[in-house]
Amino acid sequence: MMVKTIFSGFGGQGVLMMGYSLAHGAMSAGYNVTFLPAYGAEVRGGTANCTVAVSDDEIASPIASEPDYIVVLNTPSLYTFQNRMAPGGALFLNSSIIAVEPSRHDVRIFKIPSSEMAEKLGNPRTANTVMMGAFLKITGLVPPDIYLRSMETVMGSKKKSVIEINRKAFAAGHEFLKIAE
Amino acid sequence: MNKVLMQGNKIIGEAAIRAGCRFYAGYPITPQNEIPEYMAERLREVEGGVFIQSESEVAAIHMVIGASAAGARSMTSSSSPGISLKQEGISSLAACELPAVIVNMMRGGPGLGNISPSQGDYFQATRGGGHGDYRVIVLGPDSAQELADLTMDAFDLADRYRTPVMILADGMMGQMMEPVIFKTPKPRAYPESFIMKGAGAGKSKIIRGLILDPLDMEEHNWTLDRKYQVIARKETRHELYKADDAELILVAYGTGARIAKGAIKRLRESGLRVGLFRPITLWPFPTNELRDLAKKIENFLVFEMSTGQMVEDVRLAIQGRARIGFHGRPGGVVPTPVELANVVMRKYDRKEGIIDHY
Repeated sequence: MMVKTIFSGFGGQGVLMMGYSLAHGAMSAGYNVTFLPAYGAEVRGGTANCTVAVSDDEIASPIASEPDYIVVLNTPSLYTFQNRMAPGGALFLNSSIIAVEPSRHDVRIFKIPSSEMAEKLGNPRTANTVMMGAFLKITGLVPPDIYLRSMETVMGSKKKSVIEINRKAFAAGHEFLKIAE
Repeated sequence: MNKVLMQGNKIIGEAAIRAGCRFYAGYPITPQNEIPEYMAERLREVEGGVFIQSESEVAAIHMVIGASAAGARSMTSSSSPGISLKQEGISSLAACELPAVIVNMMRGGPGLGNISPSQGDYFQATRGGGHGDYRVIVLGPDSAQELADLTMDAFDLADRYRTPVMILADGMMGQMMEPVIFKTPKPRAYPESFIMKGAGAGKSKIIRGLILDPLDMEEHNWTLDRKYQVIARKETRHELYKADDAELILVAYGTGARIAKGAIKRLRESGLRVGLFRPITLWPFPTNELRDLAKKIENFLVFEMSTGQMVEDVRLAIQGRARIGFHGRPGGVVPTPVELANVVMRKYDRKEGIIDHY
């Protein structure tokens, strides 16, 4: 098994955090993992992205020329990555911000109004965690309890209230797709 | 032992600290900025730690010379154009027989180039790099785990042979996060007699690369050369991957070797028995080991993220005993394992062997 995911959005939306926490969770679940951020000459307000590979075998290249999953938090990211996806993959998009329809019809599409959901929970910055809830609900890459432990680890010394709101955001994303399905 | 998920550049920093590195000087350049960032933080926490963001790469390497002469385990890091600037100091380290670790996170070149992963600095690294008759031990890690292990080994090798050691990786190795376990470093064994710490009541010492008498300089060159011969005999390292039953061997190092492993997996699924020879020490190059392999295998394909540099060492090792092909992607392009597998299919024929061979 080899699964590659690209996370993408505006800088500041927590895109790298999504990838980092998934990679940590998958490592804790016993998989081989690589996490590769796009690096270098970035601009404020520009797009940030990262690639996570999860495998039960040795991972040759950490780059995803044909990702199985993409998680996009803004419209430019959708345009950039939707055509790279492998047929039959899954596309997760933040429908609070992305108003356009994806052009792909050979992949499963999940629209999650994650920014609005995060706002309702009281912290708009947890939109990324809402997406992770939905993402793991569908992909099952990492069991939720292992993922949440990893999330706490990578958040490090953040306040307990921050951890708590992120747990709620994760649950909201997880629940959302259960209802939608 | 604790497995942690860490970025390549930070792994180098942590491994260096654990190995006892207490002096770092450097000047920022992508894609290795996390090394000075990490060293700035960690050297503040350990006893005797000194971090200097120098005014230039040239200054940084010369600060390393001073710190090394004074007995500190010392390191500097940069990326391709910055490493070019450091060559004068690296030559001095070799001349003065001072240990130091230099990290080169290669990027696309020549010139300022770009910030993407590349392997275009192989010649510069393995041929000494600066002026004069010297070599630098060059290590080519291909994973987070090797970044950690080889960084620690680099300090030991530098001490043992009193010579600069270079870790040659690229932007992908530096930026990628992978799980890593830090081994327990060996305690440092570096004779006090080499350290400059004031003559006190003893005899004064001079460390210098300026030797004006040609006969003395010749002797110094032969002394260095004898040391390099010992290193070449004792310190070569390589990895063989699925080579036992192979009809074709790919030769690749660092990031290139990882891509090659992915290609080999695909090629074996389609019935082609392909293996990998991966030099871990780029200098000394595992010449004899590769030559031995050429006694039973007739076809080799070298893959590099350059227009072809290591391929020359492969030809020198194999000396016409086998057919050698080449595939390169210079300039910061990282090809996929699928692409490399396709290239192998195109360049290798079961009956004819490697097509377009040297």
